[in-house]
Amino acid sequence: MGVKNAILKPKFFVYLGCFILLLFLPRVLPIYHLILFESGITFAIMALGFNLLLRYTGLLSFGHGALFAIGAYAVGMTGEYFPDLYRIEILIPVALLASLVVSTIFGFICVRHTRVFFSILALAVSMVIYALLVKFYDITGGSDGIHIELPIIFGKSFEGMKRFEFLSGAYYYLLICVFAAATIIMLAIVNSPFGKALQCIRDNEVRAEMIGIRVRRYRLYSFILSGLFTGLGGAMWSFVNGHVTPEIAEWVFSGEIVYMTLLGGFMVFEGPIIGAILFTYLRLYAVAITQYWMFLIGATLIILVLLLPEGITGGFVKLFSKKRRAPATGVA
Amino acid sequence: MENWVIYILNGLYFASFLFLTSLGLSIILGVMGILNLAHGSLFAIGAFVAAWIVGAFGANSPITLFFVGLLAALGVAGVVGLALETSLIRPMYKRALEYQLLITFGALLLIEDLIKMIWGGTAYYASKPFTVMGSLSIGDNQYPYYFLLAMLISMVAGLSIWMIMSKTRVGIMLRSISMDREMAQAMGIQIRKLNTLAFGMGAALAGLAGALIVPTTPALLGIGMDPLILAFIVVVLGGLGSLKGALVGSLIVGETRSIGIVFFPEIELPLLFLIAVIILVFKPEGLFGR
Amino acid sequence: MLKVKELIKDFGKVRIINSAAFEVNSDEIVSLVGPNGAGKTTLVNLISGHILPTSGKIEFLDRNITFASPYKRIKMGIARNFQITNLFSDSSVLDNVRTCLFSVYGKIKKGFLPANHYRAITQEAVDILDLFGISEKMELLPPSLSEGDKKILDTAMAFALKSKFLLLDEPTSGVATGDKFKVMDTIVSAIRREKMACMIIEHDMDIVSDYSDRVLVLSEGKIIADGKPQEIMKQDNVKGILFGVMA
Repeated sequence: MGVKNAILKPKFFVYLGCFILLLFLPRVLPIYHLILFESGITFAIMALGFNLLLRYTGLLSFGHGALFAIGAYAVGMTGEYFPDLYRIEILIPVALLASLVVSTIFGFICVRHTRVFFSILALAVSMVIYALLVKFYDITGGSDGIHIELPIIFGKSFEGMKRFEFLSGAYYYLLICVFAAATIIMLAIVNSPFGKALQCIRDNEVRAEMIGIRVRRYRLYSFILSGLFTGLGGAMWSFVNGHVTPEIAEWVFSGEIVYMTLLGGFMVFEGPIIGAILFTYLRLYAVAITQYWMFLIGATLIILVLLLPEGITGGFVKLFSKKRRAPATGVA
Repeated sequence: MENWVIYILNGLYFASFLFLTSLGLSIILGVMGILNLAHGSLFAIGAFVAAWIVGAFGANSPITLFFVGLLAALGVAGVVGLALETSLIRPMYKRALEYQLLITFGALLLIEDLIKMIWGGTAYYASKPFTVMGSLSIGDNQYPYYFLLAMLISMVAGLSIWMIMSKTRVGIMLRSISMDREMAQAMGIQIRKLNTLAFGMGAALAGLAGALIVPTTPALLGIGMDPLILAFIVVVLGGLGSLKGALVGSLIVGETRSIGIVFFPEIELPLLFLIAVIILVFKPEGLFGR
Repeated sequence: MLKVKELIKDFGKVRIINSAAFEVNSDEIVSLVGPNGAGKTTLVNLISGHILPTSGKIEFLDRNITFASPYKRIKMGIARNFQITNLFSDSSVLDNVRTCLFSVYGKIKKGFLPANHYRAITQEAVDILDLFGISEKMELLPPSLSEGDKKILDTAMAFALKSKFLLLDEPTSGVATGDKFKVMDTIVSAIRREKMACMIIEHDMDIVSDYSDRVLVLSEGKIIADGKPQEIMKQDNVKGILFGVMA
C-alpha cells in the first residue's frame, strides 16, 4: 500500500518524465555529447553509492576510487582471462561479486574506527589497492591497464562495430535501464527501516546503540552496499571509456568523487546524480582551458565548503522549502 | 651479519623523517583534533624548497647551503601552515569534523598544483650533500654519513619539541588543550592562538622532514602522498597525541620497511599497511593510545 | 524485577557507590533522591550497563546482569533516557520514535519496503507521540523543539523500546516549572498503562511525593532510606540530607 501511495505522488511523475526524456536523448544529442553524458551516468551510479555512505550513514570516504576501479577491472580481467564469459549477463554479476568481496574487506578495516579515522583509512586502503594494481602488472597490466572490448549483450555480438556506434545504440539503452534500476533500489534502501537506522547512526551513534542498533555492523552493511553501487558504476564506465588503468584507483579520482557529490549537493537524494553529470562537463571544459585542474577543484571545493556546503541542490532546497523548520500544518 | 646492521641503520634513517612528519601530524591532531590531509603537501613544499635552494646555488659549499635549505623549508612550510589555519581551518571550528577534512583536502589539491605552477613538473635533485659527505665503512658495506646527519637533525628536532612541550609555558598550555579542551578553555587559555601555533609547528615539522629527504630522493609531484599515509599509520599505531608513540611507531614502520624491501621489494606500502591493520585489529586504540 | 545487592563502585581511590542494595518490583514507580554528588547518575549507569561495578550483584528478572553489555540489557528490557537530551538531530520526531519501534520489531534487518509502508508500526509511533502529547510536531526536527518537548521525546523513545524497566534521569529538568507536572502526568500515565516498572532520579520533592510508590534516598553512595514518600520525608536523617536541616 505504501508503494501504491508512492506511485501517485508527483515526484514519481517527474522521475518517469526524466526517464522518458533520457530514452529520447540519443536522437537529440550529437554522439560526442552523448558519450560524455553516458560517462556522467556511470559516475552518477557511483555517486549514489557514495552518498549512501556520506549523507545517510555519516561516513566520508576518500578512497572510493579504488572501489570504482574494482568494478572496472573485474570487467577487464574477465575479458583478458575468460573471453568466453565476456557477456554482459555475466560481467555485471562478476563485477558485483568482486565489489562485494573487496568492499567487505575494505569496509571491515575502516568502520571499526571513529569517523575521522575512517576517512583517512579509506584513503590509505585505496592507495594500497592502487599500488597492487600497478605492481602486479603481469595480472593487471600495470600502468598500461587493460583494453575493454565490446561485450556480447544478451546474445548479440557487436564485434567489428565501432565503439561510438555501440555506445549510441544498444549500450545506451542498457545503461539507462541499469541506472534507473540502481536509482530505484537506492531509493528503496534509503527509505526503508534500514535506511532510517543508518540515519540514526549518522545522527547519534551512542543513542543508536542504545536503541538496539548494532552500529559497527550496519556501517559495514552500508559500506558494502555503497561499494556495490560504486563497482557497478565502474563496470558500466569501463565500456564507455574502452580502457581501464590504475589511475582511477588513485587518490585524485577519489577526491573527484567527493567533489562531484558536494557540487551537486549531498543533502538531497538526486544531488549526487546532478553533480556527477555536471562534473563530467566541467572537467572537460576546464581541462581544455588550464592544466591546473587540481587547483581548480581544490579552490572550488574550498569555496563550496565555506559558502555553499549543501551544494547546488541544497541551495535550491533552502530557497524553496521552509517546510520542516516551521510548525507542521498537517500530516504528510 | 653486517648486512643486518645496514638494514637496521637504513630503517633508522627512514624512521627519522617519518618521526618528524608523524610528530607534526600528531601535534595537530592532538591539539586541534583535526586530521590534516594537507600534511603531505606541506612535506612536499619542504622538499621542493630545499631541493631548489641546494640545486640553485649548486657550485658553492653545499653543506651550509643545505642547512639554509632546511631552515627555509621549515620556515616556508610553517608559514604556509599558519596561512592555512587562519584562512581556511578557523571558519570550520564550529562545523562537523567532516568539513575540516574536506577543507584540508581542498588545500591538498590546491597546494599540489601550486607546486606544479611554481616548480613545474620536473624532478629536483639535490644529491650534493649526500655525495659530498661520503660514507662510513661498516664491514664490507658503506653507510652514508648523510644518513647519520639526518638522524641527528631529527633527534635534535624531536628533543626541541619535547622540551617545548614539557618545559615552556606555551608547551604546557598546548598539552593541556590536547588533554581536555573544555577544561583548558575554562582556565582561560587562548585556544585560537594556540591552535594556530600548533598547526604552524606541525607544518614546519613536515616541511623539515621533506627537506631532509631530498638528498636521497628527488622532489617530484605527488611526493607527499606516501608520507601522509605513512605518518597516519604511525600515529594510529603509536597512539594519538603521544611523542613516545610517534617515536616507537616510526621505528617500527621504518624498520619494517627497510627489512621488508630486502625480501619483498615490490610490496612496500601494502605490506606496511597490512601490519598496521593487523595491529589495529587487536588494539584499535594503537600501541600507546589513550 | 530488579535486585541490586551490595553494589560497590570505585573510581580510583574514591568510592562512589558504597554497598548499595535495593529492589524494584514490577509496575512500581520508585524515585531515587539524594544530594548532588551522592552518586545517583552513577547508579543509573551501573544499572544500564554503561559502567561496570567494582563488586556486587545486579539481577534483573532473576538473571545476573552485573557485567552484561548495555546492548544485552536493552534486549532484556531495560531502557533509559539521558540527562542531556540525546536525540537523532537530523531525523524527524516521528522517525525518532518509529526507528525505535523498527528496532524492537526486528524490521531493520528484514525491512526492504519504504518505512511509510509499515502502516501498523507507523501508526503505533504516532499513537505513542499522541500519548506524550507531541504528535502535532511529528514532522519537525529535534533542534526546533522546546527543551521540555525534547525531554518528552527522549522519554517517548525509551518508552517505545517496550521495556519492562525504565530508567529516567531527571525527566523534568530543563522543563519550565509550570509544565513540569504536565510532563510527569503524561509520562507516568503512559508508564502505568503499560505496567512498566520505573526508577526516576528527581530533585523536586513535590514531584517525588505526587508520583512515586516508593522513594530511595542515596547519600554518599549508600541507600539510607527506603519506603513510601510520606514516611520517608518524616525521617530525621532524611530531612537533614534533603532539606539541609540540622538534626
